Amino acid sequence: MQDILRINEISKSYANHQALSRVSMAIPKQSIFGLLGPNGAGKTTLIRIINQIISSDAGTVTINGELLNPAHVRVIGYLPEERGLYKKMKVGEHLLYFAQLKGLGRKEAVTRIKAWFKKLDIPDWLDKKVEDLSKGMQQKVQFIGTVLHNPDLIILDEPFSGFDPINANIIKDEILELREKGSTIIFSTHRMESVEELCDHIALIDNSHKILDGPKKDIKNRFRSQTFSVIHEGDMGALDSHYQVVNTQSLEDGLLETKVQIKDETDSNRLLKHLIAQTKVVGFNEVIPSINDIFIQAVKEATHG
Amino acid sequence: MDKIFLILRREYVSRVKKKSFLLATFLTPLLFGALYALAIYLSVTDSEEEFNIKVLDQSGYVGNHIEDKGVARFEVINEPLDTAKAKVKQGEGFALLVIPPLELYQPKGIVLYTNHTPGLELEGDVDDAVELALEEAKMDKLGLNQSTLDSIKTRVKIASKSLSGESATSGSSAIAGAVGTLSGMLIYMFILIYGAQVMRAVMQEKTSKIVEILVSSVKPFQLMMGKIIGVALVGLTQFMLWIILTGAILSFAPSLLGADPATLAEAGTQVSMAGNGGNAQAMQAIDKVNEMIGQINLPLIIGSFIYFFLTGYLFYAALFAMVGSAVDSESDTQQFMLPIMLPVIASVMMLGPVIKDPSGDLAFWLSMIPFSSPIIMMIRIPFDVPMWQLALSMLLMVAGFVTTTWMAGRVYRIGILMHGAKVNYKVLFKWLMSKD
Repeated sequence: MQDILRINEISKSYANHQALSRVSMAIPKQSIFGLLGPNGAGKTTLIRIINQIISSDAGTVTINGELLNPAHVRVIGYLPEERGLYKKMKVGEHLLYFAQLKGLGRKEAVTRIKAWFKKLDIPDWLDKKVEDLSKGMQQKVQFIGTVLHNPDLIILDEPFSGFDPINANIIKDEILELREKGSTIIFSTHRMESVEELCDHIALIDNSHKILDGPKKDIKNRFRSQTFSVIHEGDMGALDSHYQVVNTQSLEDGLLETKVQIKDETDSNRLLKHLIAQTKVVGFNEVIPSINDIFIQAVKEATHG
Repeated sequence: MDKIFLILRREYVSRVKKKSFLLATFLTPLLFGALYALAIYLSVTDSEEEFNIKVLDQSGYVGNHIEDKGVARFEVINEPLDTAKAKVKQGEGFALLVIPPLELYQPKGIVLYTNHTPGLELEGDVDDAVELALEEAKMDKLGLNQSTLDSIKTRVKIASKSLSGESATSGSSAIAGAVGTLSGMLIYMFILIYGAQVMRAVMQEKTSKIVEILVSSVKPFQLMMGKIIGVALVGLTQFMLWIILTGAILSFAPSLLGADPATLAEAGTQVSMAGNGGNAQAMQAIDKVNEMIGQINLPLIIGSFIYFFLTGYLFYAALFAMVGSAVDSESDTQQFMLPIMLPVIASVMMLGPVIKDPSGDLAFWLSMIPFSSPIIMMIRIPFDVPMWQLALSMLLMVAGFVTTTWMAGRVYRIGILMHGAKVNYKVLFKWLMSKD
């Protein structure tokens, strides 16, 4: 898969702190790329550099192999975390303004605005003033403004904040559809469940450093710890030296759940066999770390290690 | 460049469509028109009350010379004082003017008896009438008559010509001062009103958080310039409409009132003659005014006015935009506003001294420094400024607004993205100096 965006050794410092230190990453075309990290880690700085709102102290950014330049404004659609609209403007005029700033012609823009309204099931708001819309409706308008010029690269910073679950789902579906149509989406958020659900690549930034990146599947594999969850009836008894009990907790109906980690080369089949001899096994499955766990663990390691 | 155009168009259209803009634009000329119409109405309609005044002349000087004057109508009577007083008290006539036997060259003891306190106008008219009558009495005594007097009267026209400049346009300080003050004040108003609008617009964009979306499409500098130019065009539109509408109203208002221009002109002349002047004097004054207006170098004044109007605005609007980008709320603007407003207000306060000595040191320096030159230079121009000074001032003005715009651009690009930062002069300086 080709990379649409390559970030190469980007550094940026402000007067009194380092925002990014030699951060590199590659974002594959047609992926949904999760950019994660605690508050103040440097995500917004990185996004602003990609958008040419600020410039980096060192390092390069290339889009489709070209060094970042003003023409790339047309290729990118950006929905910042801090976003607003002109309250007194009419919705139609507002979207037209955004589209024209991105270089879209008037006629083309009007056609697309109408198409998006239809798509998102929005009634005829063209002549409605922004201030008369609910917050959720305004968010929808902002989303349309971001994607109206058919950008190849869409950067969404906390796109779901302010949306109710129904509208959040509508936007989620739109994001997936945009990817199907060939766009690449960079997605910065604290909501791990949406990362889990949507992203196929992630990168984790902490304290100005990138500490983790790659396909979500690979990262999850990397964080697998050969730990299995066993649901069983009755005491498990002592296990032999290949295995270690991480913890046990009781469930309803007198069932118990024990997490067992395999310490050496043995595999899950042998563990299962061993367990069957010891107790009545009701359930058995591998514990796959959630992105949330990975996030917490990686940040913890980065801070203490 | 086309992005600046998009921004300024949005700025312009959204402002021009506002109700407050429409109201101010159309009501202000109406107000002017109404005031003007009122003035005409008052001077045309002869609704003035006339006052019948009985004159009891015991001196023998006034009775045969007194003539009606303004609102005062005189009627010479010859009755004992007490009878006359009693008659007026009963309502026969408005007042009784008693001229006691007096020394012609030291008239004293003249009294006006009334039932009600007379208005200032009536009092003035009576005064004038008595003075005129006494003067005529004196002329009689000296054996003079009006034609002798007219032949003595001499009219001389002295044109003041400046020694500098080939054009050697003659100036008249009164008109020059008025023209200079008017243009200086207009520039002052424009800078303060529309500069503050730029500041508010920038701040609103920042607080409504729309700015980050915008700067991902356009450069912060483009955004700022689009705003500044857009607001300037709004201001120019308003000024133009004021001029056009006021002009239209002033030329139509008289016919609406049912008065034709001829009577108006007459009314105007009468007004100018209302003083203690004869026809000749009035003509002289009108001549003089026309002459002075003819002497003013109108193209130069209009040209420089537009130049200083725009550059002065650009100079200050950039500073206002800078403040707007740095703060989070209107109340935070106070500490930065004062140093910006101070030179503007100080320039207006210097108006008097500069008019008194338009080519002095104070006037020279204030018309060179870009902080005050738009206002002060405009005051000086009607008094004939050497060309090199005007050119230097204009050049410095360009240097000035390029500098403030550059500074504002640097602070702006950082300021608009900073929320909740505590901003003071040190921080502003740091932003100004920080790299891209």
